[in-house]
Amino acid sequence: MECVLELRDVSKHYPSHHAVNGVSVKLARGEFFSLLGPSGCGKTTTLRMVAGFEEPTHGEIRLNGSSIQHLKPYQRNVSTVFQNYALFPHLTVRDNVEFGLRRRAGNHIGDRVRDVLDLVQLAGKESRRPAQLSGGERQRVALARSLVLEPDVLLLDEPLSALDPNLRKQVRAELKAIQRRVGITFLFVTHDQEEALSLSDRLGVMNAGQLEQVGTPEEIYLTPSTRFVASFLGAVNWIGGVGVRPEAMRIAREPSRNGHRSRPATIVHSTFLGNCVHVDTRLADGEPAVVEVSRLGATFAPGEAVHLLWEPADELRFE
Amino acid sequence: MNRLRAWFLAPTWTVVITLFLAPLAIILGYSFLTRGVYGGITSPSTLESYQRLIDPIYLAILWRSFWVAGASTALCLLLGFPLALFISRAGRHKNFYLGLVMLPFWTSFLVRTYAWMFMLRDTGLLNTFLQKFGLIHSPLPLLYNDGAVILGLVYGYLPFTVLPLYATLERLDRTLLEAAADLGAKPWAALMRVTIPLSAPGIRAGAILVFIPCLGAYLTPDLLGGGKSVMIGNLIQNQFTTARDWPFGSAVSLVLMAIVMVLLFAIARGDGEDLL
Repeated sequence: MECVLELRDVSKHYPSHHAVNGVSVKLARGEFFSLLGPSGCGKTTTLRMVAGFEEPTHGEIRLNGSSIQHLKPYQRNVSTVFQNYALFPHLTVRDNVEFGLRRRAGNHIGDRVRDVLDLVQLAGKESRRPAQLSGGERQRVALARSLVLEPDVLLLDEPLSALDPNLRKQVRAELKAIQRRVGITFLFVTHDQEEALSLSDRLGVMNAGQLEQVGTPEEIYLTPSTRFVASFLGAVNWIGGVGVRPEAMRIAREPSRNGHRSRPATIVHSTFLGNCVHVDTRLADGEPAVVEVSRLGATFAPGEAVHLLWEPADELRFE
Repeated sequence: MNRLRAWFLAPTWTVVITLFLAPLAIILGYSFLTRGVYGGITSPSTLESYQRLIDPIYLAILWRSFWVAGASTALCLLLGFPLALFISRAGRHKNFYLGLVMLPFWTSFLVRTYAWMFMLRDTGLLNTFLQKFGLIHSPLPLLYNDGAVILGLVYGYLPFTVLPLYATLERLDRTLLEAAADLGAKPWAALMRVTIPLSAPGIRAGAILVFIPCLGAYLTPDLLGGGKSVMIGNLIQNQFTTARDWPFGSAVSLVLMAIVMVLLFAIARGDGEDLL
C-alpha cells in the first residue's frame, strides 16, 4: 500500500475545548476513505487541517511523505468540495472549473475542462451560472472544479447533505463511480452511517475529537472495537453486557435447543417498515430489545410470550 | 385599505410636489425666458440660455467638473475599499471603526472645509511646519488649485464609499475565499478574482454616491479652489447671485441634472439591476 496522506498524532486545541485529539491515520493512494461521526466530533476540523484552513496545534500532516501542516491552502495539492459547494456566483460553470487551472497555463486546458465536464455529465451547461443550476448540478460543478486539478487527495465535506434525500442515493452511486474512474484518493466526511458504509473502502469513526476505530465497512460493522462505534453504526440491543444487532436475532415460540442463546421476552409492538418488520420486545428483566424480522415470517401479537434467539458468534463484546 | 394608503402617502406626496416637482417646473420655465435687468426673468421666451452653454468657457467648466468628480470618485474607491475590507474583517471591533468613519459628520461640512483652508494655506499648519523644520524655504502652493478641491471632496465623501463597500464585503461568503485559496489562488489573486468582482454592487453604489454630489459640488471648489478651480456648481450659483442671469442658471442646472440621469440609466442598464 502506497501511503499518500498521513496524519501523525494530529490535535487541534481551542481555548475552550479540544476539537481534535491525537488523530493518527494513513490513507492509501486511490482509496475512498470516510471520516464518520456525530456533529461536533472533530471530523470537519480534521478535514480543514488537511486542506490548510486550520493549523494543527500538535502533530504532523504528511502528503506524499513531506510535512504540509505549515503550508498555505494554495500551496497544497489537495482540493476541497465544500458542504455548500462555495461555487463562485459571478462565474459560469466553465470559469468555475477553470478557476484553479489558470496558473498552469497551457493549450490543453480546454480539453481537460471538457473531459471533466463530460465525466460529471455537465456538458452543454458550460455557460450557465451557479444560480441557474439544480442542487445536484452545483454539487457536480464543485466536484469537477476540484477533480480537474488532479489533487493528491480530494476532501469532501458532507457534500451530499445539501441534496434532497431522493437525489442523495443517486448522487452517491455517481460519486463512487467517478472516484473509481479517476482513481483519486477521496477523504470523505459524513455523519451518515449508510453513506460511509456504502461508499468507503475504509472508514474511521470519530467521537469527541478522537478516532475510535479504522477499518473496512465490514470490520467496523461486524467487529466494532468500542460501544460507541457499535451503537453509532446501526442499532444494538444490550443484553447482559453483550451487544446483539436486531437483524442477528430471531423470535421463536420455543426456547433454543442447539447451542443458540435464548432469552424469554414479551412482545410490545410491531412496526411495519416495508422491507422488514421491527418488533419491540421487553426482556424478563424489563430491558427493551428490538428484533428485525422478515415480513414473510410469523406475526406476533402484543403481550405474547416469546423467546429471543441469537448465535454466540453474533455477539459484540467489549472490555 | 386603499384610502388608508392614500392617507399615509399624502404627506410624502405633498413634500415631493411642493418642494421638488413644482420648483423643478419653475426652473424649467425660467430656462426658456430672458434675463431681467436686476435679476429675475422677463419675456420673450428663447432658447438662448441653452445655446450659450456650447461656449468653450462653459464646456471647459463642465469638463473640469467631470474630471475633478471622476478623480475624487476614483480616489474615494481606492482609499475606501481597503478600509471597508479591513472593517468587515475586524470582528467585534467593527462598530467602533464604523463609528470612526461617521465621526466627521458630527461637525458641519462647512467648518471642516474651513479647517482644511487653515491647514493648507501659505501661512497654514502644513507650510509653517515644513518651513520650521527647514524642509522647504517658501510656502508650497497647497490651496486654491484642483488638487485642493479633490482633496476636500475625497475627505468629505469618503464615508459614502466606505459604507456601501462595507455592506457588500460584510455579506461576502467567506467560504468563497477559502475555495479560492483551495484552488490555488494566492491572497492577491483571490482579491482580484473573487472579492472585487463580488463587491461590484458596493463599488457601483459607492461610486454613484460620490460622483453625483462631487459633480455638483459648490462649497468645496469655492473655498478650496478659490476663483481658479470653478466647477459647474459654482457657475450655477454665480448666475443666480452676482451674474443675475436666472434663465442661464436654470438651463445649466437642468443640463447637469440631465447628464446625471443619463449616466444613472446607463449604469443601471449596463447592469440590468436596480440603481443601487
